[in-house]
Amino acid sequence: MTYSTTEIWFIIVALGVGTFLIRFSFLGMIGARQMSPMTLRLLRYTAVAVIPGLVAPLVLWPAATGGQPDAARLIAAATALAVGLAARNVVAAIFAGAAALYATQYLLG
Amino acid sequence: MSPSSPQQTSFWRGFRAGAPFLIIIGPFAMLFGVLSTEQGLTLTETMAFSVLVIAGASQFAALQLMADNAPALIVVVTSLAVNMRMVMYSAALTPWLGQASVSMRAALSYFLVDQTYAASILEYENRPHLTLSERIAYFMGVMMTVCPLWYLATWVGATMGTAIPPEFALDFAVPITFIAILSPMLRTPAHVVSALVSVTIALALWWMPYSTGLLVASIVAMIAGASVETWMESRKGPRL
Repeated sequence: MTYSTTEIWFIIVALGVGTFLIRFSFLGMIGARQMSPMTLRLLRYTAVAVIPGLVAPLVLWPAATGGQPDAARLIAAATALAVGLAARNVVAAIFAGAAALYATQYLLG
Repeated sequence: MSPSSPQQTSFWRGFRAGAPFLIIIGPFAMLFGVLSTEQGLTLTETMAFSVLVIAGASQFAALQLMADNAPALIVVVTSLAVNMRMVMYSAALTPWLGQASVSMRAALSYFLVDQTYAASILEYENRPHLTLSERIAYFMGVMMTVCPLWYLATWVGATMGTAIPPEFALDFAVPITFIAILSPMLRTPAHVVSALVSVTIALALWWMPYSTGLLVASIVAMIAGASVETWMESRKGPRL
């Protein structure tokens, strides 16, 4: 990480103010007005559209292994996904993924 | 707010509804504190993240993009995209809380996180006759289970952070956490398509500078999800 203190504070404050404005949008400014169905539809997919793209390169090409695919990390990711899908439980998925990561690392030495 | 009985009842109902979140929030915030200080942010900067932003997924996203040295503006824009779903929360709560004073609405907005939204909207729809002050009290009851612990556990994680040895492969805590947050969201075929499009394009455009490939992937994936939903509805015929 090579940011100046000013840049770090810019990121924190801009993200803080921006997030507040997102939350305040309808409650504070727009009021009880209908959004177009298309807008609603696009908003529904924001999180699902951003997070997988952020995660995929981290899973396939982890920085910790110099960008080489790593069996332990692939298995951990698959386990977290499977448990998350089956149990619909965030904490269970995190623990299952971590357990798979440590178990595979241990077994593969 | 006078501490009369109906408000107190609502507050504690909210508090009880939020109690299960305690199990998630504690470890999640601690992890943020640990990773943030491991990455070189100071205790003050780490705390400022959790107090000013108070939105886990976007904080982790910012941290990850900063690890990749993405330009500051890209870090902000991409992390804000993760929070755009909250526009829906804000809109959904407006019919129930829109009559509150501006300063109260600002306070409610600041505390509008996944948990306060999900628990409150359920309560308001189940008990439409609650007064405005009871609704606010319920919201604040849920908030009390989530937000103070978010700050506190961030601080705990940030102060113990650097003591964790590399064998624990903490670099992988962020991907696992994101996958865990994401998988319960994959409720419909449209969500699955959106996620797959996001992965495919992000990997294909990984060569693009400054993590801009991720922005392109996110926009296309959003449109893909919405289009699949539209298409599936048109197959089912018109619906209200």
